[in-house]
Amino acid sequence: MNTMIQLPGLSLKNPIMPASGCFGFGREYARFYPLAELGAVIMKAATGEKRYGNPTPRVAESTGGMLNAIGLQNPGVESIIQEEIPFLKAQQVPIIANVAGSTVEEYVEVAEKISSHVDALELNISCPNVKEGGVQFGMDPVLAEDVTRRVVQVSRVPVYVKLSPNVSDIVVMAKAAERGGASGLSMINTLTAMRIDPSSRKPVLSNGTGGLSGAALKPVSIRMIHQVYPKVAIPIIGMGGIETAADIVEYLLAGASAVAVGSANFKNPLICRELVEQLPETLHHYGFQSVEEAVGGAHRESVEAGLLRP
Amino acid sequence: MIREDLTVVDHTLVAEDTYQLILCGRMVHDIKQPGQFVHIRTSTDEYLRRPVSISDYNIDEETITLLYKVIGKGTKALTAYQIGDSLDVLGPGGRGFPVKARPGENVLLTGGGIGVPPLYRLARELYEKGADLTIILGFQSIRHAFLKSEFQQYGSVYIMTDDGTSGNKGFVTDGIAGMSGSFDRYYTCGPTPMLKAVVKQLGDTEGYISMEERMGCGIGACFACVVPSHDEKGYKRICCDGPVFHHKEVVLT
Repeated sequence: MNTMIQLPGLSLKNPIMPASGCFGFGREYARFYPLAELGAVIMKAATGEKRYGNPTPRVAESTGGMLNAIGLQNPGVESIIQEEIPFLKAQQVPIIANVAGSTVEEYVEVAEKISSHVDALELNISCPNVKEGGVQFGMDPVLAEDVTRRVVQVSRVPVYVKLSPNVSDIVVMAKAAERGGASGLSMINTLTAMRIDPSSRKPVLSNGTGGLSGAALKPVSIRMIHQVYPKVAIPIIGMGGIETAADIVEYLLAGASAVAVGSANFKNPLICRELVEQLPETLHHYGFQSVEEAVGGAHRESVEAGLLRP
Repeated sequence: MIREDLTVVDHTLVAEDTYQLILCGRMVHDIKQPGQFVHIRTSTDEYLRRPVSISDYNIDEETITLLYKVIGKGTKALTAYQIGDSLDVLGPGGRGFPVKARPGENVLLTGGGIGVPPLYRLARELYEKGADLTIILGFQSIRHAFLKSEFQQYGSVYIMTDDGTSGNKGFVTDGIAGMSGSFDRYYTCGPTPMLKAVVKQLGDTEGYISMEERMGCGIGACFACVVPSHDEKGYKRICCDGPVFHHKEVVLT
């Protein structure tokens, strides 16, 4: 089974990577398995200066998923370059840096600094948990195109724009990122959500709102990728609620060329490794000879082809 | 830190909504200090594991003793596990209490509610080092109290209850206020407001506090359980830098 996939800036031995924010900078998970087994690692978001993030509680359980409002806590781009990236480089795994900011200038600064140390950027215009920046860039196609263009101009590596599901028309946002010069899309970030504790009568999260992730988000993400795939010419990294190899096949069929696994790492810190092991057999089970063959398959499927399959 | 399926060898109700769960497996060999915790997957549906402190353990029998209180869905799901069932556990996690004591030193242990269990193993190890222990345990009422007689093996135990149904009426801080003499060191675990009050009350006495917080990954990667700190970094992760901190290390809010 050929699980390799070539994407701009990324030569992946398999299409599986941990999603940004769920894997830190890899150190903690490297104690459970060699990170070289992964297709790539997407690092936790980097901002210009160090950030503390939101008050606790920052996470809450919800049916079929979870809410988080970490608020982009990170040690700042310089510290990430000096302290974290050398560790990941030594693990022999492609690195994608998640780039965030409050202003266009901050996004540009972070991208400029970090891009010479990694294989690709994931431009985070979709974090719902910060007061300034974040999702405001991801909800307005004019702002999204502008920040993408300016980051692409300074970046030494391909830029994947991470889209927010908190929009009325995802295709408009995808096309804006493509016009801005994105080499690919990352779909999707979390959906803005809230839980209220009946006892305290207040939101469970200290931030009030948080981002919903997990299985509950998966059908939304599949729908959005399925809508975007035929409308853009750039590849998509799909994410949202992946827990099984069959979930990955679903993402590939919708139009994703690779996938990221997020919240499931909390259920099981070994999930990415297990999915890497299981994917070939699952692809074979559904009649595929390679990962590439499955990408966008749902868009090409005909009644005749379905009848001919065993 | 490993992930292991541990076998339930005992599971009993010890106080109102409070259960003692004894698990068997290899993980016990990795425990380094009292006050570490395990991160339990209480059901396959839930995304967030539940952190539970280790109350005691036995290397020869390969058992880990936990006490937990039913607070919500996850801990409720945990009550369904029966002897012989296996439970997906990540652990042992975090840094526990430094067991520091010279013979004859006066050491104070204070615990509130479900913050009491991790002090149990600590009490034994301090006792074995010859410390003179004063143990103040706070509970809502007599129905919620547990481990009193077990702690009595290791020191003088004082119970405080919110309603006065056992021991004295009041908080653990009222109990501390009633003590004569001073302490060489203290250890405390409980809700953050209690920790804050204890730390304030004991001033410059060397102290170690064990914190609780909602956790995500439980291994230090997700930054869900942070507390502000006085160092340059500005934060500590409760799951891996803690849950036990020196009282001057973190900012309690």
